[in-house]
Amino acid sequence: MDLSLAPNAIAMSAQEFLAWSKDVMDQLLTASGAKKAVDKITAPIWSWALRNANYPLHFGVACCALEMAAASGSRFDAERLGMIYRSSPRQTDVLLINGWVTAKLRPDLRRLYEQMAEPRWVVAMGECAISGGPWYDSYNVVQGVDTFIPVDIYIPGCPVRPEAMIDGFMKLHKKIHKEMKGTFLED
Amino acid sequence: MAEMWLNMGPQHPMTHGLWNLRVKIDGETIIQAEPIIGYLHRGWEKLAENRMYPQIIPMADRLCYGSSMSWSHLYCSTVENMLELEVPERAKYIRTIVLEAQRIGSHLMWLAALGTDLGSYTIFLYCVRERELFLDLMQNLCGARLTYNYTRIGGVRNDVPANFERDFTRVLKVFEKRLAIVEALCDESAIFRMRMEDVGKLTAEQAKNLGVTGPNLRGSGVEYDIRKDDPYEAYSDIDFDVCYETGCDAFARYRVRVDEMYESCKIIRQAIKKIPQGPYRVKPPRTAPKGKAGWAHVEDPRGEGFMYVIGNGDDHPYRLKVRSPVFVSVSAAPAYLVGYKIADVPAIMGSIDMCLGETDR
Amino acid sequence: MAQRAGLAAGGKTGEIVAKELIDRFPEYVKITKVTHNRVFAMVDKVGLLNVAKFMKDALDFDHITAVSGVDWLEEKKMWAVYHITSYSNRVTAEMIVELPRDKPEVDSVTPLWGGANWHERETYDMFGIIFIGHPRLERILTPEGTDYFPYRKDFVGGRRV
Repeated sequence: MDLSLAPNAIAMSAQEFLAWSKDVMDQLLTASGAKKAVDKITAPIWSWALRNANYPLHFGVACCALEMAAASGSRFDAERLGMIYRSSPRQTDVLLINGWVTAKLRPDLRRLYEQMAEPRWVVAMGECAISGGPWYDSYNVVQGVDTFIPVDIYIPGCPVRPEAMIDGFMKLHKKIHKEMKGTFLED
Repeated sequence: MAEMWLNMGPQHPMTHGLWNLRVKIDGETIIQAEPIIGYLHRGWEKLAENRMYPQIIPMADRLCYGSSMSWSHLYCSTVENMLELEVPERAKYIRTIVLEAQRIGSHLMWLAALGTDLGSYTIFLYCVRERELFLDLMQNLCGARLTYNYTRIGGVRNDVPANFERDFTRVLKVFEKRLAIVEALCDESAIFRMRMEDVGKLTAEQAKNLGVTGPNLRGSGVEYDIRKDDPYEAYSDIDFDVCYETGCDAFARYRVRVDEMYESCKIIRQAIKKIPQGPYRVKPPRTAPKGKAGWAHVEDPRGEGFMYVIGNGDDHPYRLKVRSPVFVSVSAAPAYLVGYKIADVPAIMGSIDMCLGETDR
Repeated sequence: MAQRAGLAAGGKTGEIVAKELIDRFPEYVKITKVTHNRVFAMVDKVGLLNVAKFMKDALDFDHITAVSGVDWLEEKKMWAVYHITSYSNRVTAEMIVELPRDKPEVDSVTPLWGGANWHERETYDMFGIIFIGHPRLERILTPEGTDYFPYRKDFVGGRRV
């Protein structure tokens, strides 16, 4: 930052300008109370939008994936709750893991999780994703997805009934509603 | 020459299950294909050595979850062959009915997945709706929708519920009408036919040599069905035809499976009329002698399933080997794919009907 | 044209198949049990490829159902078990080859039946049995870098990941 010509001109690099302006705006908005007001108005709207449009990833691992498919059928119809499956992790909100995770899959699954944009949630569906399930003494099965990915909702069952899966997503809705993130989406 | 390797999977909407298909493409044409599996490998056969014989039955359900009844039945058949145990007649007929209902459910799930691959969500919705009817029947029988844990070594777990015959007859009547609608939806759709005809050709010689079995083999013109040529359970008393087509392409394999659904309805109707009275289960011995071996092969909805067991002298098996039909079909993928375009890959792999749980074990 | 793969007139039953095998390879093949549609035999390691070729060409065994391995830790041997089916004769034959446990090598039957390719790869991956002449003997199910053979009896299973 070159202040030799101040206050007529100040020379700074692009990085410096970004950092300085962010600080200044942040302090201004917090001090005047504008941040709090905007958050209070927008948080319910954002929370409504986030929870009613949970886009899961098109990712079927094992048996629970068939029940996930049945949940999108016409009897259980998960789509009325906003669950439209997306093929690319960059366009999804929810990573639904429905099956056992092996050592070969673990780095790929971690990469999928990291490719998702915030805000994102992880739902572990079925015993295998929660804790390894019936394969508790296997040399190749990771004993629970939460050993390498933070999980928000655990849905028990082997396999999970479609109604239970939808119930798990209702709990996710409640969780999102409680978080109540406003415009700035920080805490 | 713009050649490159492309990874289709492990996360890809077209892979039914978790595997990676690496294709080498020159522009849009596939010149080489290499399937990579192992993303679902849990060491099933090793785990089975730590379990008692009845404890392996629910594990066998989770081998191929699309047709789980046929795998737990295969396991029970294998152990019964090893112990030289004779299953009562009533149990044989009940098993036959349940296996055929499972075959219909599995083929419906296959058609639903194929529809999704080709972009037709309607086929998916119709097939999943019909499948729910059969899952209701299974739920009345044994309480579960997907992994049944119903067959036992020596018979079945419980007798049929009241209204078994009435419910099955009603479902079959409704189902045959609705299957005709779905069949018309596919057969008379120019897009479906264009995408499925003349792709994925596999001649009969190639299919036999590569070990491909089941509807994939019958779609190439070889008329071999284990239910007819090496009968087990009650199939030798029932009159049905072997469905085969001579087209060798993906459309022929699709037609074979749809015809098989009609044949299954026929089989169920005959078996329901012929069920004898009697016990539904015999008590098997708890242990098997060391070194005693047995094997069984059945016509799984996806091909020839086969299991081989060796006893240990106590109530655990010494070795339990599983042969999965999809393992071989996936290994034959290069033969199916080379020469066609990338856009044909979902149609071809969809017509093979894969379930990765049994492939990787 | 569709081929009726069922038992044509003049198809060979299990007993005829067993007799032809014994007549042709008396020093390699030992038949343990025969029924009308099953043949159970022990085959010597040295003669496996010749027996398999004879079964494919002369006896119409055109489909290999499975290739598997069994580890007999105490007896210090391994088995390679082949199940081969004949569509036209409707007979399934089980051939067991005994291998020494410290050097389990046997000829590959992949040149005869392409369907044995992945079965042999899996048996190598799980047991360490080397199939000589296999076009690509690499690990298939376990992740890359695995340095143990999981289904061997001295590999103790249990949670590792």
